[in-house]
Amino acid sequence: MNMMTKTNDLALLQKVSAFLWEEAALLDAKDYGTWLSLWLTEGFYTLPIGEGDDFDNQLNLCHDNDRMRRDRIQRFQQGFSISSAPPARTVRTVSRFVIESVEGDTVTVSSAEHVIEDKFGRQRVWAGNMRHTLVASGDGFKIRAKVVRLLNSDGMLNSFSYLF
Amino acid sequence: MLQAQEKFSDLDALYSPDAKVATSMYENSDLFNEEMERIFKRTWVWVAHDSELADKGSFKLSNVGLEPVIVVRDRKGDVNVLVNRCRHRAATVCEVKKGKTSSFQCPYHGWGYGLDGSLRGLPYPEQYGEDFDKGAHGLKKLRTESYNGMIFATFNDEVEPLVDFLGPEVCRYIDLFMKQGGGFPIKVLGEHQFTVPMNWKVQLENTTDAYHFPVVHKSFMQSLDGDAEEAFKFLDTGKGYVEDLGNGHSVMVMIPERIDLDENLDDPIEERFQPLVQELRDEGYPEDQVKKIVRAVGGAGFNLNLFPNVSFSLAFFRVLTPVNVERTDIRHIALGMDGGPAAANRMRMRLHEHFQGPMGFGSPDDAEVWERVQRGTKGGEDLPILVNRGLVDEQPGALGPRGHISAETGMRAAYKMWKRMMSL
Repeated sequence: MNMMTKTNDLALLQKVSAFLWEEAALLDAKDYGTWLSLWLTEGFYTLPIGEGDDFDNQLNLCHDNDRMRRDRIQRFQQGFSISSAPPARTVRTVSRFVIESVEGDTVTVSSAEHVIEDKFGRQRVWAGNMRHTLVASGDGFKIRAKVVRLLNSDGMLNSFSYLF
Repeated sequence: MLQAQEKFSDLDALYSPDAKVATSMYENSDLFNEEMERIFKRTWVWVAHDSELADKGSFKLSNVGLEPVIVVRDRKGDVNVLVNRCRHRAATVCEVKKGKTSSFQCPYHGWGYGLDGSLRGLPYPEQYGEDFDKGAHGLKKLRTESYNGMIFATFNDEVEPLVDFLGPEVCRYIDLFMKQGGGFPIKVLGEHQFTVPMNWKVQLENTTDAYHFPVVHKSFMQSLDGDAEEAFKFLDTGKGYVEDLGNGHSVMVMIPERIDLDENLDDPIEERFQPLVQELRDEGYPEDQVKKIVRAVGGAGFNLNLFPNVSFSLAFFRVLTPVNVERTDIRHIALGMDGGPAAANRMRMRLHEHFQGPMGFGSPDDAEVWERVQRGTKGGEDLPILVNRGLVDEQPGALGPRGHISAETGMRAAYKMWKRMMSL
């Protein structure tokens, strides 16, 4: 690897990190309208159960296309869902970015996410491995796929009133 | 035990003849321990579905009350339910949630057990003397019986046969429920699991509670298209009912036209199923079979609630596992068609994800109100919990009373059985 590519890699890593941090901040702030605008219409937001990756043909925690993402956000925001009115508050960190591949205008990046939620005076901690497929768009990216594998996705969970 | 018996001798004070439940029913840990002994150790408890043990050697971990068990199919094809505890010094012999094996070996000193729980061998057996009886040191084995793929186990060798415990009406409804295989055998496709800070009886009540649906699940209803939303408006149409089926079991019929999925096959197909209809036609399925499969994908029109731990709810199994007096684990088991069209199973899973589990549009709101019940019982200990709704116009059914769709008839059925078992 010559110095030039390395610099480019670091620049890309920085750009991707900034995007994912921005996404994380939107999710903690529950600014879901802006979050939806980060997506390509054909994208899927998936929380699988276990290690499988044939998401269409397996049971997941969620496997949202555009319609389901919008319905989910609407449910959060309309005030009729008792678990989301009010929702748990969250603080998350995203780190350990690894760029897995760059093909044309598409970047695949994996990262670690820690989320702490607070509700009813009780805090819970969640950890997940994330993989984003990002497509270059203007100055930034659009999300074509986001997969979050909770560390205990096939164990006993609680119910979630927010997104990972 | 004697002391505890005296403590809870006044069962009428815990569940009164006019259908009021004492607050302590949700929060007294001595009572919880007593329930685990008198109910979960003495009756049939659901542990697995046949499809989860597809082959010889297939196993899964489960629970009977508080006790961890292994459910495993042996070489003869029989299903055994074994307490997950080595007979030597008590270590669990299996910590893999599901899989396939030829034996279970304790990791501590290497005692090895067969798929039927028998002790096969142990290192250096001489130190137990010549008369050591391997036959008396197998894994503790529970009595196991099944009905239409549903496998139950019990610690009680004296209890009636499973089919008698279920009774004729429950068996009839189980058979009807399994028609949602659409002509294929029912297969477990996966499960959602979540734990809720609530007493197990809060959950026992809920699957037979239609009254909560339009309130708690308003946001789910709003995410449905017109005719799907219509189907869930069962409280408005008032055609459904709840019926006590004996031995603590009950059925809540929400959509009477969908009790028998082989009937009314010429009813118009809902909008949301049209893409599936097209997909099945394109795959070459004949029109009759397309109708049958699509109908089956929508699930049954009723919830069948079995005492004490499993419900057949529209299109999935809901299983409860008591953990302690204020904590209960819930599993929502997704079902599909074994060997059926992949498109149909995909839709079953997307529908399951839509409502069920930690990220569903329904379960999180259920979990929230269940927890709110548990939190609410911290106040007003002298106030009863009411399950008397619908007593005003109950009619006799086949085996027990039948009430309005929003009646608490099913809860009363469960509490009657609770009282019967706690008094024995």
